[in-house]
Amino acid sequence: MSAHTEHHDDGHGHDDGASHSTLKGYMTGFVLAAILTAIPFWLVMTGQFEKSSTTAAVVLGLAAVQMIVHMIYFLHMDAKSQGGWNMLALIFTLVMVVITLSGSIWVMYHLDHNMMPSMMDVKSLP
Amino acid sequence: MSDSPDLAKLIFGRLTWDAIPFHEPILLWTFVAVAAGGIALLAALTYFRLWGYLWREWFTSIDHKKIGVMYMVLGLVMLLRGFSDAIMMRMQQAVAFGHVQGFLPPHHYDQIFTAHGVIMIFFVAMPLVTGLMNFVVPLQIGARDVSFPFLNNFSFWMTSAGAALIMMSLFVGEFARTGWLAYPPLSGIAQSPDVGVDYYIWGLQIAGVGTLLSGINLLVTIIKMRAPGMTMMRMPVFTWTALCTNVLIVAAFPVLTAVLGLLALDRYAGTNFFTTTLGGDAMMYVNLIWIWGHPEVYILILPAFGIYSEVVATFSRKRLFGYTSMVYATVVITVLSYLVWLHHFFTMGSGASVNSFFGITTMIISIPTGAKIFNWLFTMYRGRITFEVPMLWTVAFMVTFTIGGMTGVMLAVPPADFALHNSLFLIAHFHNVIIGGVLFGLFAGINYWFPKAFGFRLDPFWGKVSFWFWVVGFYFAFMPLYVLGLMGVTRRLNHFEDPSLQIWFQIAAFGALLIALGIGAMLIQFYVSFRHREALRDHTGDPWGGRTLEWSTSSPPPAYNFAFTPRVHNRDAWWQMKQHNYERPTADFIAIHMPKNTGAGVILGGISTVLGFAMIWHMWPLAVLSFIALLAVAIGHTFNYQRDYHIPADEVSRVEAARSELLANHV
Amino acid sequence: MSDIQAIPLPGQPSTLSFHLSEEHHPQHGTLLGFWLYLMSDCLVFACLFAVYAVLGRNYAGGPTGAQIFELPVVALNTAFLLLSSITYGFAMLEMQRNGKRAMLAWLAITGLLGACFLFLELREFGHLIAIGAGPQRSAFLSSFFTLVGTHGLHVTFGIVWLVTLMVQVGKKGLIAENKRRLMCLSMFWHFLDVVWIGVFSFVYLMGVLP
Repeated sequence: MSAHTEHHDDGHGHDDGASHSTLKGYMTGFVLAAILTAIPFWLVMTGQFEKSSTTAAVVLGLAAVQMIVHMIYFLHMDAKSQGGWNMLALIFTLVMVVITLSGSIWVMYHLDHNMMPSMMDVKSLP
Repeated sequence: MSDSPDLAKLIFGRLTWDAIPFHEPILLWTFVAVAAGGIALLAALTYFRLWGYLWREWFTSIDHKKIGVMYMVLGLVMLLRGFSDAIMMRMQQAVAFGHVQGFLPPHHYDQIFTAHGVIMIFFVAMPLVTGLMNFVVPLQIGARDVSFPFLNNFSFWMTSAGAALIMMSLFVGEFARTGWLAYPPLSGIAQSPDVGVDYYIWGLQIAGVGTLLSGINLLVTIIKMRAPGMTMMRMPVFTWTALCTNVLIVAAFPVLTAVLGLLALDRYAGTNFFTTTLGGDAMMYVNLIWIWGHPEVYILILPAFGIYSEVVATFSRKRLFGYTSMVYATVVITVLSYLVWLHHFFTMGSGASVNSFFGITTMIISIPTGAKIFNWLFTMYRGRITFEVPMLWTVAFMVTFTIGGMTGVMLAVPPADFALHNSLFLIAHFHNVIIGGVLFGLFAGINYWFPKAFGFRLDPFWGKVSFWFWVVGFYFAFMPLYVLGLMGVTRRLNHFEDPSLQIWFQIAAFGALLIALGIGAMLIQFYVSFRHREALRDHTGDPWGGRTLEWSTSSPPPAYNFAFTPRVHNRDAWWQMKQHNYERPTADFIAIHMPKNTGAGVILGGISTVLGFAMIWHMWPLAVLSFIALLAVAIGHTFNYQRDYHIPADEVSRVEAARSELLANHV
Repeated sequence: MSDIQAIPLPGQPSTLSFHLSEEHHPQHGTLLGFWLYLMSDCLVFACLFAVYAVLGRNYAGGPTGAQIFELPVVALNTAFLLLSSITYGFAMLEMQRNGKRAMLAWLAITGLLGACFLFLELREFGHLIAIGAGPQRSAFLSSFFTLVGTHGLHVTFGIVWLVTLMVQVGKKGLIAENKRRLMCLSMFWHFLDVVWIGVFSFVYLMGVLP
């Protein structure tokens, strides 16, 4: 029987377990976000890469990084907030998002491929 | 009205006198009966001056126990509606052979099977499940209420608002003729220009708000409000299954909201998501709605698994066998339920690779489910089993659900599914798991927790009568459908040519009649129990020799549930307290902080009904007005900062002293 | 198992305490509850993104993304939203040191930036509808309007909520309830920003790629 578990919920939660933000945190986040926004716009608007797929991959990669920046500096995500439940919920949601997105794309791509082969050519046109 | 048709059209939209089904005798007489019954009920309420009582003690109540009971009442009332649809279909199919057309023309029959599915899933199973979780979970975790008591009341009224819209479709206009998931292009504006699909969309969207919010509410309650000492691995299994169910609700219902929203845009704004022209893709709807639809069936079954776990342990007088494996099985099912949705449309044509993946994941789900069945069996093994009514339902479940589970694995094999899909075999399968799994569990739960909610047990004789009619009726009603399905009979038909099939449909109709007797016996059970409530009274608060915290307080529990918050050292907290000769405190009570009742939930639910109705009938000015009203009331409610009060220590002392006296006189 | 404790002899009192003698104060659940709501909202957007991913190239002979997207406007819009995020952050910093007036000022600036964002978005929508590229034109445009429009609708509700909160802070001051509400809105506002990152990357930037 462990004694420490009994105190675990007893905290009176005056600050609701929210982490305190700082000016430095917000400014770091803002500068990083601005840079991470500017790069993809610049890449696409000036056409730096020859191949679209390269540009697309870089844009999506930077978007993922920028989302993490926002999560950390603006939404103050860390493993400790709300006893770790926030992070658990986020990870679970991300898994769901990935399943929904990739599953739908996978299923629908194969469906189109099998059921409407003629459409596939039409659709690939600009 | 007649001199300015434009004005009438603006105000009433598509609604005209033609929408009232005067020409359909079945509906007309149903309406007359419902109206007469409704007027009698309203008159009785007025005569006995119950309006004030209902409003103060129930409608505006934010007490989780009362909200739970209201959910149960909603679910049972809607069960009667859903079952009358079922019995009409069974009768129609039993007679409509050859030149006999039966009494239900296709356009009416189609509405009935759609309404049956929608009502049974969304407005019977969901409210009953949510109601039980609402009532039981805070008591099991030693909390005074849920985390957001007002939101709880609001959720209930949104669910009721959705149910009200679906019921309205019976007498004003019509309901969808599309099947319970309203696949486009059939549910698109081109094929279904009437209001039926709109009733479907708005009924489900409004009820969906309630479901989602109640899911969030219960999740936070379980995470934040557990009594000190109750670690995750000391939570009762029902609370665990409630936790996983609410995770599923929060993660699945947004998908339903989104996909119905897109269907609504197709119908209202002329977009092309699921149309057959301009690049729309109806298959995307099927894909998305099953991403919600498959978790939905686990939303229903997981709490039932929790109920069986509580019941088996209590009536075998043993600790639940394999608690840890039970918890992990529940969690695994939760995650896996997101990876199987395509098995609902193997035949759509995604090909071998996709079908094999989803076939295999589907079969994997049977492993944790099987583990649970063995855990229950091992709990019973060498237990001192008493066959009270809840235990009877549990045993019937184990047999019935195993059969349903095995036919499910058959359907999970894609090549077999190509032969069986859309046949009565599928219908038999999912009724086998939903009736034999979810409904039996809910009946077990109702019989198990009823004394906790009302202070007296349900009459066991009529409970057993109901049980036997239900179980035998179930086998008569659905085993013939397996046979018919294997012969290739498809679902949703209102007329058959081959007379050799008729005998099977007649057996199924006989089964449905037995189930009707089972439902009748259940209603008699409620009535008889109420009449004999003094003889059935539960003075101890622990009528079954329970193991979890809800049995440690009185029946019915006081508004504050526990005079002092319990401290938990064991998974079977109340069992341990009994073994340690726990003496409940009888003095030094303190004032208890409680939330205050509010009428905002009823009002918001009412306005939502009006908004839904206005949108269905294209009454644009009314829709705008009710939307503004909805927003105004919601914002207005946030200006109310005085939302709680204290129950004074004297009051607590009085209630607890009364209980001490009761215990002294009766134990 | 550690859960099995010795059972006292009959009649003997237990050594374990089975209830608290003072009032139990569980942690407030609002912030967690609101976070869970945001997660569910996130799944609504995931569905809309999935629909865009599947239908986003079904032009049905209508205009393509490359023909109708104006990246400079999108960049300006992104800047508005990003700025509004940092101004909301400043409002939260003022809230922490109980600077009511400064906080209200920062909130007002945040709301204005949000309104600018909405104005540009509506202007874009109006322009597209005017040139016959409305949501009815093709599945691509249906999913584009719905995804971007749903985000815009969220911003609109955010602004309504922000104004409500400004009134409430004005009336009641920075009391605990209001602080909690401001923190919820903060999460909401930053969450919309995160969604917008997905929108400008996946819809606009990738949409104009050849």
